[in-house]
Amino acid sequence: MLDSSTPIQWLGADILTTLVFLPSLGALLLLLLPNGAKNAIRAVALLASGATFALSVLVLQRFNPAIAGLEAFRPLLVDRPWIPRFGIRYLLGVDGLSLILVVLTTLLTLCVLVFSFGQTIPKLRGYVAAFLVLETGMIGSLVALDAVLFYVFWEVMLVPMYFIIGIWGGKRRIYATMKFVLFTLAGSLLMFVAILFASGVHAKATGILTFSLLEWIPAASSGAWSLTASEQALLFWAFALAFLVKVPLWPLHTWLPDAHVEAPTGGSIILAGVLLKLGTYGLLRFAIPLFPGAAARYTPLIAVLALIGVVYGAWVAAAQKDMKKLVAYSSVSHLALVVLGIFAGNVTAVSGAVMQMVGHGLTTGLLFLLVGVLYERRHTREMADYGGVASQVPVTTTLFVIAMLGSVGLPGLNGFVGEFLILAGVFKANVWWAAFAATGLILGAIYLLTLTQKVFWGPNRVEANLGLTDINGWELAGALPMIVLVVVLGVWPQPVLDLVRNSVETVVQIASVRMVP
Amino acid sequence: MNLPLWLIPALPLAGFLLNGSVALFSGWRRARKATAAWREAHPGDHGHDEHGDAGHGPGDHGHDDHGHHGPFLPYGERLFYGVVGVLSVGLAAVVALANAVPYALASTASEGGIGPVVQSVWKWMAAGHVSIDMAFRLDPLSAMMVSFVTFVGLLIHVFSVGYMQDEEGYGRYFAYLNLFMFAMLTLILADSLVVLFIGWEGVGLCSYLLIGYYYDKDFAHAAGKKAFVTNRIGDFGMVLGIFGILALFGTADFSFVDMAKAGAVNGTASITVYAVCLLLFLGAVGKSAQVPLYVWLPDAMAGPTPVSALIHAATMVTAGVYLVARCSAVFVLAPDALTLVAWVGAGTAVFAATIGLAQNDIKKVLAYSTVSQLGYMFLACGVGAFGVGMFHVFTHAFFKACLFLGSGSVIMAMHHEQDMRAMGGLGRKVPRTYLTMMVATVAIAGIPPLAGFFSKDQILGAAFAGGHLVLFAIGLLTAGMTAFYMFRLARMTFYGEFRGTPEAEKRVHESPATMTIPLIVLAAGSILVGFLGVPEALGGANRFVSFLAPSLATAHPHHLSHATEYVLMALSVGVAAAGILLAWRWYGQKGATPEVPSAAAQAFYEKTGALGRLVENKWYVDEGIEAAVLSPFRRIGTFLWRGFDSLVIDGIVNASAFLVELTGDLVRFFTTGNVRNYALSFTLGVLVLALYVFLR
Repeated sequence: MLDSSTPIQWLGADILTTLVFLPSLGALLLLLLPNGAKNAIRAVALLASGATFALSVLVLQRFNPAIAGLEAFRPLLVDRPWIPRFGIRYLLGVDGLSLILVVLTTLLTLCVLVFSFGQTIPKLRGYVAAFLVLETGMIGSLVALDAVLFYVFWEVMLVPMYFIIGIWGGKRRIYATMKFVLFTLAGSLLMFVAILFASGVHAKATGILTFSLLEWIPAASSGAWSLTASEQALLFWAFALAFLVKVPLWPLHTWLPDAHVEAPTGGSIILAGVLLKLGTYGLLRFAIPLFPGAAARYTPLIAVLALIGVVYGAWVAAAQKDMKKLVAYSSVSHLALVVLGIFAGNVTAVSGAVMQMVGHGLTTGLLFLLVGVLYERRHTREMADYGGVASQVPVTTTLFVIAMLGSVGLPGLNGFVGEFLILAGVFKANVWWAAFAATGLILGAIYLLTLTQKVFWGPNRVEANLGLTDINGWELAGALPMIVLVVVLGVWPQPVLDLVRNSVETVVQIASVRMVP
Repeated sequence: MNLPLWLIPALPLAGFLLNGSVALFSGWRRARKATAAWREAHPGDHGHDEHGDAGHGPGDHGHDDHGHHGPFLPYGERLFYGVVGVLSVGLAAVVALANAVPYALASTASEGGIGPVVQSVWKWMAAGHVSIDMAFRLDPLSAMMVSFVTFVGLLIHVFSVGYMQDEEGYGRYFAYLNLFMFAMLTLILADSLVVLFIGWEGVGLCSYLLIGYYYDKDFAHAAGKKAFVTNRIGDFGMVLGIFGILALFGTADFSFVDMAKAGAVNGTASITVYAVCLLLFLGAVGKSAQVPLYVWLPDAMAGPTPVSALIHAATMVTAGVYLVARCSAVFVLAPDALTLVAWVGAGTAVFAATIGLAQNDIKKVLAYSTVSQLGYMFLACGVGAFGVGMFHVFTHAFFKACLFLGSGSVIMAMHHEQDMRAMGGLGRKVPRTYLTMMVATVAIAGIPPLAGFFSKDQILGAAFAGGHLVLFAIGLLTAGMTAFYMFRLARMTFYGEFRGTPEAEKRVHESPATMTIPLIVLAAGSILVGFLGVPEALGGANRFVSFLAPSLATAHPHHLSHATEYVLMALSVGVAAAGILLAWRWYGQKGATPEVPSAAAQAFYEKTGALGRLVENKWYVDEGIEAAVLSPFRRIGTFLWRGFDSLVIDGIVNASAFLVELTGDLVRFFTTGNVRNYALSFTLGVLVLALYVFLR
């Protein structure tokens, strides 16, 4: 096993453990506070999420992106026995892929909490606590390298999200929560069975009972894990289904629009910004490297579903009348493109997919945030209730247009880099897939420009909108870091591409070995 | 003195950031005041309450009167926007000329020109087989483009200072205009197709923003969206074309042009090259408003008139021609693709000209004229005369910008009246506008020795020389129609009697110097710039075309005898003169009214019956697209959502949920909480298990 002593210690705990549990520590601290102590709650929220963000940046700074392969995990690896009887370990580690998503998570959580200070939120203490616990679940899922530990964090995320939608959600929140939980749970239970089964087969083949990815992945690619083709197929689908529900890939997507519409603004931002990305992350971390043969075999099927998703999501988005539902369907379309990129199986496409995971988190998060600004003031998400509000809310309009253009994939903003690299890579893998997927460029412009047009342009048709106030200070403070990144990552994406290059190359290499029979 | 190329787009970008942030702040303050005032007048209706949707309130009150006819901005603020806007473009023009002029001199001095100057600024993105530098390139083609774009751009900025002075959105306007200059200059100076694409979509964005400048008007933002989406259809092809170039040459930077010239295509079938050219051309068709993607350009006239002059006539819409010229070395490898380019160009030229014949909105005439002239440029490229096509891009920029700015001056004189039927006799009232516009009209009509003559004549000559007699005939016919609709415009606007109301007549006024000086400069350009490319038959050396030659494909020129050239010139001038005479006769009748400006024209349209109505109604293309494409698109979208998502997918989910519930009910039958029942089922279970074990 790898050496468990890590070079960075912080308050006696290793840095990754601190990173995972610091937000929950904040949540615990909140329990000590009375419910009405608004400023104290805000201070704790800021402190916990701010410190977590700072810590993730510190990890980013310490991380050495030059190390290739699984060795990349080693410098910051945390490895302790957890349930020794079953070979389950407390195994944490980061590579470029998980690290960029961790930073995205900590940033978005900070932004969401800062943003929420500018809004009227009942039971603020519980709200903040739920987001902090959720953050622990998200970071934990991203840094866990033991399959069981991963599964635990994966399910931990479900609980706070359940409450966020169920308590702070809209009118049909109970229906939406149930749908969200059932879809996700159905997928993840399948994954849990697969995890147990996989470790059983692994133990039988190698004599080692372990759930460590650092053992599984080499075993899988060397063939030591002697899975039959049908076993591989079953395991692959058990994992892939759990992740594809989360993405969500057509036709498993119908929980998402309802969840988004009913979730409070912060919930929507995190849902779109991070939770969906955990689906695509799971594909890259588990489904493909563990079962490369099956992944290769089912690539055409998944690619077709993804292509349908790109067009279908966009097309249905264009028919929406509810702002949040429109943005939700746009996610279905955008994430389908990410899935297509992941399965295109070359470095260009997968790099683009990772870039787009980050980019979509920022732009779609922003779109939900700005819709939330309007909703807070007018309590309606219907586009027909707006129209021409650009005159009243020029700053919100400007931010919205930038985010919208980022989502449309305007070159110079972040969305373009991901989309361009995905399509370039897909084009290399299969020209017709690329041609079909590129229609998303046209459809994306249609529904996003329509949204902008119906809400912000035109004469003012609803009198109450004349009293609409612009985005306030806290809300703006939450939005600003995201807007800045939308621009910066558009003109200077190379640092992110460099950070994830080795992770991407590792996945592609593992996958490609088995692609050639 | 070594000013880096990146400064050229960066200066307008800085102007955009400065003007944009100040304008946003000032707009925010004004909005805050207005909202606060409204809230004071409507206490208790703040929509800030926790419960209920306050949104379904009184509804339609028609607040048309607020907006851009609102209060004038304070003088200081206006001055700031104007100075920043004009200065940033002016400085960009200085840097551009400081780069382009020495380069041009050195290039013309040495035999065969000098190599391109390439400056890489930073690595934009590199992953896998894609690696793109943020790099800029100065070569004859970009030197020529950057010179006239900054020059015309500067004039139009100056014109805007006067034209837009009553606008509340003055700062926003200049910010957008500067952003446009940034994008256009990036497009021109880019050293790779992907960096070019930043500018390509950037100008599309600015076009969207500026067409929708009057964002509270439904026709304006609808036109903006139409422009963006139509361009995106072209960009779909463009992106795939870029991937194709990457596949063919392994790079998207313009070194592929030299590879193509050397014939170093990776041993692929010509069908691949053909497909790549078609895809790139699709992008050009969208950006340069060719059939069938021209539909957005006439609607784009919803934007302020200087915008129409800068973006929708002189610069942006010629980007498609620029792209084809830039990739000309690839296009000549696929002769069939070039033939298609020529036919699309010629078809667009004549098609748009027919619509131009019967328009009554002064800007619409110019819009269709622009579509038609762009067709000419593609016709030139299609017959292999890329240099001549670029020459027409160059001359057209001067006379068409002059015409659009002139029309802006007329519209301002007429207090926002654009219908030529309500004009007439304006020549005496707005003499400077009138004179400059007439110069440009003569130039576009192709009368020697003005600019349009030289470029248009060479296009027709190239078509004829290449043996494309049908294309030549179409071009000639279009030349006649061009002369007709332009002189129809001139006659209806400046000559005859005023057809509007007497009050309107009294208010007509000439425009201020900030507007007339750019007009005069552009009119002078319309006279002079043609002399840069005087063909050999007329004793010139065609400097313009030979300067550009190193950037373009080495076409195999078909030489015409001087005698043939003289005949062709006489033919094209003759056809133009015929068009002018016809327009003059038809629209010169005395006693014309706003409804019927010309009895003869009316009679003609009636006689042509269905055809005349078709032309007047723009061939019903917009209506056809709505019925055949947009309406089905919307219906299918709604069907997928309501039908497929809600019924099929959720239906399956709900059905399985129902099954689960059913199972749950069955199970509940056993889990009653009654201990004796549990004991019973426990015993039964043990029995079954025991039986199974024993009987196995």
